[in-house]
Amino acid sequence: MLETDFGFLTWNVVSGFIIKGFIFSIQLTLAAMIGGIALGTVLALMRLSGKKLLVLVAAFYVNTLRSIPLVMVILWFFLLIPLLIGRPMGAELSAIITFTVFEAAYYSEIMRAGIQSVPKGQVYAGYAVGMTYGQTMQLIVLPQAFRNMLPVLLTQTIILFQDTSLVYAIGAYDLLKGFEVAGKNFNRPVEMYLLAAATYFVICFSLSMLVRRLQKKIQIIR
Amino acid sequence: MTVEEKKPDRSPSEATMIEIKNVSKWYGSFQVLTDCSTVIHKGEVVVVCGPSGSGKSTLIKTVNALEPFQKGDIVVNGVSIGDPKTNLPKMRSHVGMVFQNFELFPHLSVTENLTLAQIKVLGRSADEAKTRGLKMLDRVGLMVHKDKFPGQLSGGQQQRVAIARALSMDPIVMLFDEPTSALDPEMVGEVLDVMVLLAKEGMTMMVVTHEMGFAKRVAHRVIFMDHGFIVEDDSKEAFFANPRSERAQQFLTKILHH
Amino acid sequence: MGNWDWQVFCKNTIDGEVMPRCFGSGGDITYLQWMLSAWGWTISVSLLALVVAVVVGSLMGILRTTPSKTLILIGNAWTELFRNIPLLVQIFLWYHVIPSLFLPLQKVPSFLLVVLALGFFTSARIAEQVKAGIESLSKGQRYAGLAIGLTLPQTYRFVLLPMAFRIVIPPLTSESMNIIKNSSVAFAVSISELTMFAMQAQEETSRGIEIYLAVSLLYFVSAFAVNRVALFIENRVQVPGMIGGGK
Repeated sequence: MLETDFGFLTWNVVSGFIIKGFIFSIQLTLAAMIGGIALGTVLALMRLSGKKLLVLVAAFYVNTLRSIPLVMVILWFFLLIPLLIGRPMGAELSAIITFTVFEAAYYSEIMRAGIQSVPKGQVYAGYAVGMTYGQTMQLIVLPQAFRNMLPVLLTQTIILFQDTSLVYAIGAYDLLKGFEVAGKNFNRPVEMYLLAAATYFVICFSLSMLVRRLQKKIQIIR
Repeated sequence: MTVEEKKPDRSPSEATMIEIKNVSKWYGSFQVLTDCSTVIHKGEVVVVCGPSGSGKSTLIKTVNALEPFQKGDIVVNGVSIGDPKTNLPKMRSHVGMVFQNFELFPHLSVTENLTLAQIKVLGRSADEAKTRGLKMLDRVGLMVHKDKFPGQLSGGQQQRVAIARALSMDPIVMLFDEPTSALDPEMVGEVLDVMVLLAKEGMTMMVVTHEMGFAKRVAHRVIFMDHGFIVEDDSKEAFFANPRSERAQQFLTKILHH
Repeated sequence: MGNWDWQVFCKNTIDGEVMPRCFGSGGDITYLQWMLSAWGWTISVSLLALVVAVVVGSLMGILRTTPSKTLILIGNAWTELFRNIPLLVQIFLWYHVIPSLFLPLQKVPSFLLVVLALGFFTSARIAEQVKAGIESLSKGQRYAGLAIGLTLPQTYRFVLLPMAFRIVIPPLTSESMNIIKNSSVAFAVSISELTMFAMQAQEETSRGIEIYLAVSLLYFVSAFAVNRVALFIENRVQVPGMIGGGK
């Protein structure tokens, strides 16, 4: 059994290697969450619109992305975006676009369930007071759907945060990469991987505890 | 609460079947049973009633140790439930129980529901278990449904199968936990008929129910519970003629006028 | 990007020559052969990991529904530990960290380490499903099993698990499909599976689109096959009148 030695770990190491990656992981998570939920909500509304073309387009989008591994999607976008725009794109920016598009497929399934969880009578009630489709959705259905699904949306975001580590495939500098580079520079990979695991664990575990508490609160309010 | 001397009107012997001794139970800091005591003799039919939340369902579940209790003891046919050395599965195999929601095993056919415990607990052969089980199924009048699954039967039929399942184990006492309250009104009768038949054959029965008609027909004794206390424990005649507590009077007025 | 070049798959992986029948002779292989063998690795890693995940996950899920506080704690700790660390980090732990802390593990082939990593990672999710499946059965079923004299293990074996198993098949199906997708993360420790193949072949041939399309299609086909098998099992064990079953 080998000894581990964390003696090399100073604030300079942390701020030099790890903080930079951590900030990118957070940026990526937040961007993909906000963009993904927005795009996902549009996709969910398309699928529930009853208009054949919209339903087909949205279903194709969601089902295709959900049947391919995220790593492959990351590779696909890293290959395709430069071809489309005619110039190379950095791994970090490519990752942000990829994750937003990819997560939208997953968020849209959650939002679809959320919209369906709102009783049909709510829609009738909206129409009955003279609201348009848009108003009924925006003012009545979506707020309720969003509230009902908040814990699930947040849980998906925790998974998203874990998945950001997969930008490893295109070499973007995220939290995990920060630990890895530091481990290589100081020849202490074992310690740094352990520390990486502990960091992810503490973040994800505390967040999922918060979500659980929120879930209980929502159940009580209902 | 004093337990009065009982003068049963039909055949129960003086031998004790179930003795509940000063049982108290808490969920956390909330007390659901307070110092409950009573004795059920062999061949006796005892109806337990009371408003919802009175602890009656909890009390009957403590008798075969499905629910643990923190104080007191219960002795079933000479076996102490509170004694950690007691073999609970063995004790329970002699005590039949019928549940509010039937609790047939939905993945097993009617026949398999009847034979599972006979084979696994009593060690009977498959043939022996089937013979015994089908005999009981015939008794509740459902022979034609022996190969169906529980989900294909009506509620009343499921409950009759559940009674047959309990009887297949040759129980020395039967516990009924609100056996008709999950049933549509038109199905209550068929289940009560089976229970009346059992009572008339001299089966020892403890029945949690709101069916006062059943109590009047076959019960020897009625126990009334409220807020976790046994408030009344009296002969059927005394209970219906003149309930002593105000709560029991209110309860009877409500239930008989509905 | 309009001009396809599907011949890339018939090229020899060493000199890039197009082979006449798309299969190499002697020791040489074409990209097609390499891809098929990579598909084999993907399937092998996934299936073995699924076995580990179902066995360990069921056990942990069952522990979490027992009356014993210690067993519940073990089950909970297991689930939280393997659920809250990214799969890629877990794979690095198995590959870089654990063998250097426990020297005997250095002899274990990296293929098996990845199977364990993916299996344990997925076991946490399966434990959740199994626990939820058992808890979705009414408390009365547990009571009924005990009331007819079955012991607690017998009640699990004959009453709770047969039903929980049926309830858990659909979520288990999607976990099996996830496991195929998640096996792609094994590229990071150089297991020669589909994603690894895609990255390397893309680099060597510069025909990324054709390669990625073929690989994506194989992932799709694999997931579809799992889905069909699961549907078959689901129909086979269906009970008339039970949740989801016909009358």
